[in-house]
Amino acid sequence: MLEVSRLECVRGERSLFAGVGFRLDGGEMLYLQGRNGSGKTSLLRILCGLAQPAAGEIRWRGTTIDTLGEDYRRELCYLGHHNAIKEELTPLENLLASARLADEALDEGAALEALEMVGLAGREDLACRYLSQGQKRRVALARLVNERRALWILDEPYVALDAAAIELVAGLLGAHLQRGGLVVLTTHQAVDVAAGTVRQLRLG
Amino acid sequence: MLKLVHAIISRDLRLAMRRRADIVSALFFFIIVVSLFPLGVGPEPELLRKLAPGVLWVAALLATMLSLPRLFADDHRDGTLEQLALAPQPLGLIVLGKVVAHWLVSGLPLALLAPVLGLQFDLSSDALWVLSSTLLIGTPALSGIGAIGAALTLGVRGGGVLLSLLVLPLYIPVLIFGAGAVDATVTGLGAQAHLSLLGALTLGGVFFAPWPTAAALRIALD
Repeated sequence: MLEVSRLECVRGERSLFAGVGFRLDGGEMLYLQGRNGSGKTSLLRILCGLAQPAAGEIRWRGTTIDTLGEDYRRELCYLGHHNAIKEELTPLENLLASARLADEALDEGAALEALEMVGLAGREDLACRYLSQGQKRRVALARLVNERRALWILDEPYVALDAAAIELVAGLLGAHLQRGGLVVLTTHQAVDVAAGTVRQLRLG
Repeated sequence: MLKLVHAIISRDLRLAMRRRADIVSALFFFIIVVSLFPLGVGPEPELLRKLAPGVLWVAALLATMLSLPRLFADDHRDGTLEQLALAPQPLGLIVLGKVVAHWLVSGLPLALLAPVLGLQFDLSSDALWVLSSTLLIGTPALSGIGAIGAALTLGVRGGGVLLSLLVLPLYIPVLIFGAGAVDATVTGLGAQAHLSLLGALTLGGVFFAPWPTAAALRIALD
């Protein structure tokens, strides 16, 4: 479904990586590894279409993602380095707002359930600026609970999480792979998902 | 598509309401700058009437400039802008929503406040009425054109000053026709022509500016 060939990324004068290629089908997860500064985040941003590669192409269901445009973004869920949550809003408002902006139907009941699942019950009505780093990350990850898009691209999803939350995320990833979804992620922690095939790619 | 624009407007308004200090400080800036002029040039009604349109409009431009740098900067910093750029709709529509929301919290209060401040300049009720309408019609153009500048200077060090240098010259037509309309009313010529041109600038500014803005945002994100 996702085919990447001869991808090259140049930052400033320096080539971060070149000739990167892989193929990912439904139910498969790509575990992207590499030391700091090897271009993991850059690769993920290129895969999303946020950044342009210096060379190479990315195809989704056989068509390049530049041609697909909005149709590709409709099947893509990206969780970046930043949590993309608004400090002034409550976790519930954040979740509902991001669903509305992504053109997804999410009612309040489902949103509350998702927050409860990531362990934020009782914090729904507290502005996010009063939450800890780990709790903020949990708000961001609550998006994944009801996420049914095919391709998940996750940049360091485990950062700032405790052991229980890591297990929870691994569970969400496993369920997604079982539904036939695709995952590309970077992390410095060991990943342990129950279902699906895990492929590895090392940069640098 | 309208649903998306509505979603972004309601989100931005809610954020603005949680951060009321920003809105209030821009409004007080407007009030203070306008009020300094009668104090500075002395209480001659003839002179003040002549100065009023220009002073009020220039103060409105400057007050708008105050809130512009934050139009995209906050979303850029917390990663929300990336998510908006990945939304399955044109980024231009999202920008349109943000421009409308920006106008509702910056331009609209200025237009409502202007008649009260105009009293200090001994403007007639006719002129006050026209002044308020010019601001009402003209300030959306300020938000629209300003969005292009805000997107181009996103993530640039010292972007605030650069933004002013970039955007203020582009505000000149709005200033000329806005202040001109009030002048024309004071001298008895009628403001019709000025108001039409101002309306055209606003339509152009609000509906065409989001697209170059979206392009500039994509470059800033790359």
